[in-house]
Amino acid sequence: MNVSIVLIVIMAVLFAAGVYAMLERSLTRVLIGFLLLGNAANLLLLVGMGRPGIAPFYGDGEPQEMSDPLPQALTLTAIVITFAISAFLLALIYRSWQLGQADTFDEDEADVALRERGMRADDEMDQEIEPEDDDATSDFLASEAADDRTKGSGS
Amino acid sequence: MTALVPLLVTLPLLGAAIALIAGRHRRVQVGVSVVTLVLTLAIATVLLVAVDASNLPFAVSVGGWPVPFGIVLYVDRLAALLVMVSSVVLLAVLLFSIGQGAADGDDDTPVSIFHPTYLILAAGIFVAFTAGDLFNLYVGFEILLVASYVLITLGNSEQRIRAGITYIVVSLVSSILFLSAIAMIYGATGTVNMVQLADRMTQLPQETQYVLHVMLLLAFAIKAAVFPVSFWLPDSYPTAPAPVTAVFAGLLTKVGVYAIIRTETQIFLENDLNTILLIAALATMVIGILGAVAQAELKRILSFTLVSHVGYMIFGIAIATPAAIGATIYYMVHHIVVQTTLFLAVGLVERRAGSTSILKVKGLMRAAPVIALLYFIPAVNLGGLPPFSGFIGKYALFDAGAAVGTPLMMTLIVAGIATSLLTLYALMRAWNLSFWREDDDSSETSQRTAYLQAAPAATTITERRVIPRIMTAATAGMVAVSVALTVFAGPLYEICARVGGALLEPITVVQLDESVDMSGEVQP
Repeated sequence: MNVSIVLIVIMAVLFAAGVYAMLERSLTRVLIGFLLLGNAANLLLLVGMGRPGIAPFYGDGEPQEMSDPLPQALTLTAIVITFAISAFLLALIYRSWQLGQADTFDEDEADVALRERGMRADDEMDQEIEPEDDDATSDFLASEAADDRTKGSGS
Repeated sequence: MTALVPLLVTLPLLGAAIALIAGRHRRVQVGVSVVTLVLTLAIATVLLVAVDASNLPFAVSVGGWPVPFGIVLYVDRLAALLVMVSSVVLLAVLLFSIGQGAADGDDDTPVSIFHPTYLILAAGIFVAFTAGDLFNLYVGFEILLVASYVLITLGNSEQRIRAGITYIVVSLVSSILFLSAIAMIYGATGTVNMVQLADRMTQLPQETQYVLHVMLLLAFAIKAAVFPVSFWLPDSYPTAPAPVTAVFAGLLTKVGVYAIIRTETQIFLENDLNTILLIAALATMVIGILGAVAQAELKRILSFTLVSHVGYMIFGIAIATPAAIGATIYYMVHHIVVQTTLFLAVGLVERRAGSTSILKVKGLMRAAPVIALLYFIPAVNLGGLPPFSGFIGKYALFDAGAAVGTPLMMTLIVAGIATSLLTLYALMRAWNLSFWREDDDSSETSQRTAYLQAAPAATTITERRVIPRIMTAATAGMVAVSVALTVFAGPLYEICARVGGALLEPITVVQLDESVDMSGEVQP
């Protein structure tokens, strides 16, 4: 199979740039990275087509002279899908910006809370199952304390 | 009979279109979605019975192109069984969400897109299950993913957007990886038809096969949430609305597992990555369940158990004997049903108690015994206590693994038993804290006293959110289905065993062509 080296080089550059951009926290850069990656994958499909020839299905050429039509069909489908997802991502970025006046991606608060909770809260939970004193109100106090830590770490 | 196959895809899409047009008429939307899913359930049942009776799969070449070139919709026992189970799950969750929507009083709030999106999700799942070529599988994945992007960010709150972004970006990376793998597979073999690929892949050098194999597996492993690419799942699922999480947990990861089954049994039957898969399965089971043990929120606990139990399926696939594949498929069916049921039950808990934190919720056993029962049965089932289907599935998997008997298999069996016990521990800890712990009402009373001291003239009104009967009924229905999996384990297991046997003896292109011809398709 003969393929164009130019296409392969462009594809490799697009993949590299796309991955780099997608690693950013800024959502707009993630979108740009996704677009680059999508185009790189489309180019890869076209590379798989082999040497371009005359139009298939029409004309009188020999089958050997024709382009392989299937990768073109696959590429078109992939382009449409990429287009739809980009539109959705743009809407999502706009909404994210509306909500937080920023298009960056934040850490999960619940994850952070869990990390901060650490071992201490686990001990408390065990105590909750078997309260040492008969005062059942200790249940409530412990869960309130857990709440306070969550709020403290979130801010 | 084959005429029914395209209906699996076209009916939900048509239903979605009608539901979208009828966006302002809630009742029409509800009617259309329910009727559509009932019809697909009926079609899938008929197809399963018919395909189990005849030995050839049903294949339809869409668009009339001759077989290896055009798009083929392909229904064998595995596809028919999974389409049927997912129809049941989709229908139950739809009824649950109808009840929830009606109770939230959102008759005119903008959830008019819920029903169309939900049906498109169903169409995507069905396309993925019936896809006969890799590219159609990719299109099916994209349809269901785009629908899931909308569903997971439903309501547009800050938290859901944040969780949605994790999910969307990870899914995008996996899709690009899948697309690139397809491009390379086409470049190497000149086909994307799975049946033809099985044949041509064996002619490639082993090294090339490994590259293609790893790329495909990585793309599917992200979707199926296999360690080490599983971390997106517990981060993004818990914040979505309860019915959405339920259907995602039940079906979306299983579509990934299904794709892995097809990859391993059909495309790369000769190329062996089973040792790596076994290690991944081990890590998925153990690390997933340790995450669940650390969590203090019901939805997050369940998300981690979901990750962990995907490990069992990967384990079964990697054993790669007919018995193991059969056990995997039984386990898959069991897990789809039980995991969805648990998330629905937690949806009921959230509605009743206003929270899903096991530190805050308490006294549910006395306050809501029905919810307690609806949580308890699937929880015990997921934990793998006999006589439930979880036990049968795990036992069958371990039995198949022990039949191979290598040290790695034995390690996995031990890890599987440990995971099962830890699942039971995590779910029963939640049970002890949220259901069995006595609610002394001191918090409410002291709060009320404080309010009254601050404003002596005020009166307090206790508002209790009612749970619509249809939500409880949908959950109870799913619990009944999960119990039925146990009661009818014999016949179901026989079907699964036949699936396992048939999968490891893939059909040839000629046979595929014949099964299309038999359907009376007009060839151009």
